[in-house]
Amino acid sequence: MSSIPNNLKYASSHEWARDEGNGVYTVGITEHAQGLLGDMVFVELPEVGDSVNQGDDCAVAESVKAASDIYAPLSGEIVAVNDALADSPELVNSSPYEDGWMFKIKIADEAELSALLDAAGYKNSIDE
Amino acid sequence: MANQTALHGKHLEAGAKMVDFFGWDMPINYGSQIEEHHAVRRDAGMFDVSHMTIVDLKGANTRAFLRYLLANDVAKLTVPGKALYSGMLNEAGGVIDDLIVYFLQEDFFRLVVNSATREKDLAHISKEAAAFNVSVTERPEFAMIAVQGPNAKAKVATLLTAEQQAAVAGMKPFFGVQAGELFIATTGYTGEDGYEIALPNEQAADFWQKLLDAGVAPAGLGARDTLRLEAGMNLYGQDMDETVSPLAANMGWTIAWAPEERNFIGRSALEQQKAAGTDKLVGLVMEAKGVLRHGQRVVVDGGEGIITSGTFSPTLGFSIAMARVPASTGDSAEVDIRGKMVAVKVVKPAFVRMGKKVI
Repeated sequence: MSSIPNNLKYASSHEWARDEGNGVYTVGITEHAQGLLGDMVFVELPEVGDSVNQGDDCAVAESVKAASDIYAPLSGEIVAVNDALADSPELVNSSPYEDGWMFKIKIADEAELSALLDAAGYKNSIDE
Repeated sequence: MANQTALHGKHLEAGAKMVDFFGWDMPINYGSQIEEHHAVRRDAGMFDVSHMTIVDLKGANTRAFLRYLLANDVAKLTVPGKALYSGMLNEAGGVIDDLIVYFLQEDFFRLVVNSATREKDLAHISKEAAAFNVSVTERPEFAMIAVQGPNAKAKVATLLTAEQQAAVAGMKPFFGVQAGELFIATTGYTGEDGYEIALPNEQAADFWQKLLDAGVAPAGLGARDTLRLEAGMNLYGQDMDETVSPLAANMGWTIAWAPEERNFIGRSALEQQKAAGTDKLVGLVMEAKGVLRHGQRVVVDGGEGIITSGTFSPTLGFSIAMARVPASTGDSAEVDIRGKMVAVKVVKPAFVRMGKKVI
């Protein structure tokens, strides 16, 4: 049974988004997703300044097992990326909701939040 | 309902992530595949390989039968216990399976074949054995545990009786010996020292626990795949199958062409393939970020090939692959990684042996 924090919003494609205030959201992948992917070996992140649309593939998580696209859960501008993942991609496995975060988006449209799931909705979607 | 090995309960107890592997419910990892990989390269790890199929062949004509059945020549097996790796080919020269054959007695040889090919292997072997009056007996009552790594033999030794220790003392690579209830072989699929041990199902869980207590780390199918790929060992169904010539799968060394008068299944097709020329299986190395994967397109001067197996190499820290490419391929190539062409080095298909980089 994997952890699904109540304070986050989720995409059914297994990304989470955390409200940091001022319209900035931190994004990563869920504990369930990292478990499916297995040991992470590379994470390819977007560039700061990129603009992304909700649902765009904007990062790639490569595990020993497979390469997996990471989709932007919200539209906006990338304002930070987690540089620590370059040397320590395993942070996505060991700390998916904290040290293993991937990027931060300054969102363009709050209305898009309604398309995301809450913890209970995400839990249902992965049928755990 | 998936098949379960005698060690299924031990896997669940250890919190393994279980997956379906050709009808068997098997551990893919027990947490971190990379840590399991390192345990085998640096110390000792163990794999449940009970899903593999043990087939005993008995009868006065067993050696003659195997000289017809296999592309490698069991005439090379002159010392009891000695083992041989071989392809089992069809008439068209395609690979039905790859296997290990043990010479136990003149009228008793043992095969260990893949689980994914179990049914077609048994059908093929039984059909061809009839003419030689050789009996074909599957041995599902045995579990099998591969203990691999630089400290594997020493850790196993702590579990053996004095008689068993004497039986395995000084055993060279690729030998098997029946020592009490254990059939102990100096074989493996990791490029490390170690044993593959067959034992009665009802003793398997207890033996596994004793290995755990001796400090042997359980390792899953995930680590087994990265280890065998680093060692440059083929995986049936990926690096070769019935549509692929062994000559195009780096198995030329397993074909015994001499003596010329030995007729084995697939020989005439192989001779034609050899004369006409085939693709070859090479190793690829990519030190840039990213991971080479099965099925990716490989572009070389004057042609194209395909990655048959690719992974991130935990020992080397970058990606490696095996690829089937035109014979003319030189020392560089490009791989189509999700639409991007990436330069890779072409090497012999072996990357790590005995814990050491060999590229």
